[in-house]
Amino acid sequence: MIMKPNHKVGIIGWGGYIPKYRLPVENISRIWGKDAERYKEGLMINEKAVAGPDEDTTTIAIEAAQNALKRAQINPKDIGAVFVGSESKPYAVKPTGTIVAEALGATPNLLAADLEFACKAGTEGLQCCMGLVSSGMIKYGLAIGADVAQGAPGDDLEFAAASGGAAFLISRDNEDCVATIEASYSYVTDTPDFWRRAEKPFPQHGEAFTGKPAYFHHIESAARNLMAELDKKPSDFKYAVFHQPNGKFPIRVAKTLGFTTAQIAPGLLVSNIGNTYSAAVPLGLSAVLDIAAPGDEILVVSYGSGAGSDAFYITVKDAIEEKRDRCLKIKEYILRRQQVGYKCYIKWRRHIIGQPR
Amino acid sequence: MSDLRVPKLWREIPQHYRLEASKCLSCGRIYFPPKTICNNCKSKNLEKTALPRKGVIETFTIIRNAPSKYELYAPYAIAIVKLENDVKILAQITDCEPAKLQIGMPVEAVIRRLYDDGENGVIHYGFKFRPVF
Ligand SMILES: [Zn+2]
Repeated sequence: MIMKPNHKVGIIGWGGYIPKYRLPVENISRIWGKDAERYKEGLMINEKAVAGPDEDTTTIAIEAAQNALKRAQINPKDIGAVFVGSESKPYAVKPTGTIVAEALGATPNLLAADLEFACKAGTEGLQCCMGLVSSGMIKYGLAIGADVAQGAPGDDLEFAAASGGAAFLISRDNEDCVATIEASYSYVTDTPDFWRRAEKPFPQHGEAFTGKPAYFHHIESAARNLMAELDKKPSDFKYAVFHQPNGKFPIRVAKTLGFTTAQIAPGLLVSNIGNTYSAAVPLGLSAVLDIAAPGDEILVVSYGSGAGSDAFYITVKDAIEEKRDRCLKIKEYILRRQQVGYKCYIKWRRHIIGQPR
Repeated sequence: MSDLRVPKLWREIPQHYRLEASKCLSCGRIYFPPKTICNNCKSKNLEKTALPRKGVIETFTIIRNAPSKYELYAPYAIAIVKLENDVKILAQITDCEPAKLQIGMPVEAVIRRLYDDGENGVIHYGFKFRPVF
């Protein structure tokens, strides 16, 4: 079903965050005796963004949200809900959202909840905020996707699982909004392509099963259904952002759906930063908003294993021009980089038995 | 033992997360950590104020032999940061190799993990400063 709010809603502020550190594919492949070129070509990933030793999903979510707030320039006390979507919560039990809300000065009169749906928990927060804001239950809602994603040492996922976050402040549509979120469409089935059992540190995946019945089926279905309901075709959009677990999948799904490389390139960050999970599509959308012009139409489709996709139709508004330069852009975070070695990475992620934590 | 710390950490959240200081309404002096009585004029008329989040490194020292809860982060720098309103605060520097630090370097506040109270305890978040970029 297409989800269209009764009262129009928009994005009043957006912002992202990418940690400074990068782990190149070569540094992983060397340790495990694997062929770096095969991974670089197969995944189209050169290096992945890695959280520093004092960073986690909470600190990443906070900086992304602070950037969204700098652009929105609203009173944080007017934020009525904070949703943090992640699959790497620092606490198994204790909400991330309360820490974020406290850091922003938004407490105590608001709703805070953490969401989980593999890589699409960030876009679910957007939908929750759309409903709460459109209905008038809250004035502003904050939706964040943030992750410090983990692959088991030596597993293929280790080459891609990265760290980052992005945040969006949602408001009733008005002249201060940088974009209108016109409609959304979710498509969900029980597809066991990737999972992590309770109290286990690393996920499992269904190998070849992750492609056609999982990623491609859900993204294509959500995108096609949304476009059909809105009577839109790929050429109507200036930009499209698809979930990016590697470089190949989004390029292939774009081609299947009829989008060009030019439409997806600005939101395709995976080659430089890896798969930031819940942050992947939110960061891609942030990078697109960093350069978008009023009138641009954007299609956004997330994917979360397990499985499901959330699609959004977004139109850019005039206020984007004056708000763009109020905080660091995604490109600036991508350019601020320092490569680290595998041993440093393993120590920072606290994987060495008996090490200081 | 460890959970005795939690109430103190909780009370200090406004200063650790939002750099909340207190300002004397009688003589204008700013205190961080915040105080309830002004040292200067003994006034009890103080209000909360958020410190600016940017400043410059006034001086620093590098910690190589860290206390156990900071061991993961060693070596790291502790600096006196002179904020934009001339208030000076002591803080850890992050996202910068100690060898690249310089006096006068512009820095900005970020929220990071300060330390974990053991593997089962609370995670202590708070401000550190990183080079402006
Ligand atoms: Zn005084």
